[in-house]
Amino acid sequence: MAHLNPTLTADPGQDRTMILNMGPQHPSTHGVLRVLLEIDGETIVRIMPDIGYLHTGIEKTCEAKFYQQVVPLTDRIDYLCPLTNNLCYVLAVEKLLGLEIPPKAQWMRVLLNELTRINSHLVWLGTHALDIGAMTVFLYCFREREDVLRMFEMVSGQRMMTSYFRVGGLALEPPLGFFDKVRDFARRFPQRVDEYENLLTGNPIWMMRTKGVARITAEDAIALGTSGPTLRGSGVDFDLRRDMPYSGYENFKFQVPVAQEGDVFARYICRVRELRESINIVRQALDGMPEGPIKADAPKVVLPDREKMKTQMEALIYHFKIITEGFAVPEGEVYQAVESPRGEMGYYVVSDGTAKPYRVHMRAACLANLQALPKMCEGRLIADVVAAIGSIDIVLGEIDR
Amino acid sequence: MALPPAIIDLEQLKGHPAIARLLAADSVAVEGVKFDRDEMTIYVTRDSIRNACALLREDPNCPFNYLSDITCVDWYPQEPRFEVVYHLLSIPRKERVRLKVKLDGSSPALESVTSVWPGADYFEREVFDLFGVRFAGHPYLRRLLMPEDWEGHPLRKDYPVEGYR
Repeated sequence: MAHLNPTLTADPGQDRTMILNMGPQHPSTHGVLRVLLEIDGETIVRIMPDIGYLHTGIEKTCEAKFYQQVVPLTDRIDYLCPLTNNLCYVLAVEKLLGLEIPPKAQWMRVLLNELTRINSHLVWLGTHALDIGAMTVFLYCFREREDVLRMFEMVSGQRMMTSYFRVGGLALEPPLGFFDKVRDFARRFPQRVDEYENLLTGNPIWMMRTKGVARITAEDAIALGTSGPTLRGSGVDFDLRRDMPYSGYENFKFQVPVAQEGDVFARYICRVRELRESINIVRQALDGMPEGPIKADAPKVVLPDREKMKTQMEALIYHFKIITEGFAVPEGEVYQAVESPRGEMGYYVVSDGTAKPYRVHMRAACLANLQALPKMCEGRLIADVVAAIGSIDIVLGEIDR
Repeated sequence: MALPPAIIDLEQLKGHPAIARLLAADSVAVEGVKFDRDEMTIYVTRDSIRNACALLREDPNCPFNYLSDITCVDWYPQEPRFEVVYHLLSIPRKERVRLKVKLDGSSPALESVTSVWPGADYFEREVFDLFGVRFAGHPYLRRLLMPEDWEGHPLRKDYPVEGYR
């Protein structure tokens, strides 16, 4: 919990500043963020985010679970991009194990990750526009988000808490008709992005509320550890998908949108362009989807098929052992980072050679991005704080963990 | 699932730009290195962590200019008990390196790197909050996630998963 005392002036009888408490129930704080503002009239003198209201101790819980039991916990960290978290965790464990993942599983992971990015950016765009006063965009965005959530439900049976990726591959084969549905969505979606852009990009009110607001320079953005669109909006051309590829991203061709201004509008334009790039990657994944197995050939780690379990003694024994004892992971440590919709999502997993992780640490992109908020807002107006918080796209579940 | 064995020989690894840079500086003591699963780990002494970070950040050949993460691992009941882990990233070189500092369990403390990267602020506060490791020179070292009046540090291994009742 944070404290903020008013800056002392030379004359204690004349308080120029006051402390204003924004949140944790303020609707524009996207959850339970509390921001302490020291204001002089409408101008912000100092600002201090206060977090921890959603702290659930997930990192501690992970230490008491088998490796495969951690996957559902990772969904609950960032509820807007569960599949990105699933992916990052399973990649880390697979790196510890030294597992090879078959190409079809890798391509499915890429496809679903880009759909997740679209889902997350749609929620961001809708709520960000709502915060600044543009109502309609919210309804449009949630219309398309519903389509994406239906696709998640098709593959995993869940709309939000998917847990679809497993250590060694995927949980299930994608169902019949899934690819047609995604293809149909990919065909329609670019026009929908045009619709959002028609409402916002050239809109004079939108530009007045976002251009030149909450600026951050590239040096500050790097020094403060920001990542994702918050970093690229300041002109730093860095994207983990392209620069340090994982899960077969090196097979895809896509642009990394970068904007130079470092303001709210720059971050907005980066994310909107990312929507188009993501659907482009989805289309490439559909066209080039390889055939073959969806699970690695590692019977001690990957659960056998139901069919084999019922017909082969060996498969039944492996199944029983994995469920009851988990699988031992060789000693070591890895740090695996992926490009989540918000930036660098990293999992640091330490193994002591047993079936439970010794330590799982999540590097939350939002936690670092939130540190840029004071730099963005000090000296500006209160209304700009709302725009700035929206533009760094915070998810408190990820920040507090 | 055959993993190549980890390389822990300093002689073999001293060609790596980060290690060469740290070895060339007098102010930094490198305790050991490890190259495992394509990841480089450098153990530095407690007193030289801030200098090591500053050196790697300013390196003209291979600037590790971005601090990805700071965290900690508790090896209770072993001594030295804590390992504070720094993940650095070089944006121009697209490369990562991990720095580690070992700390005793009695009163774990080391120098803050907030003067090198202001972004270390929340990471160090989180480590302080959940492990009780103190960072000297941190501008606002208070609990970040747990309530201010909380007793104990939940991510320590001697803290029960279900908490104290």
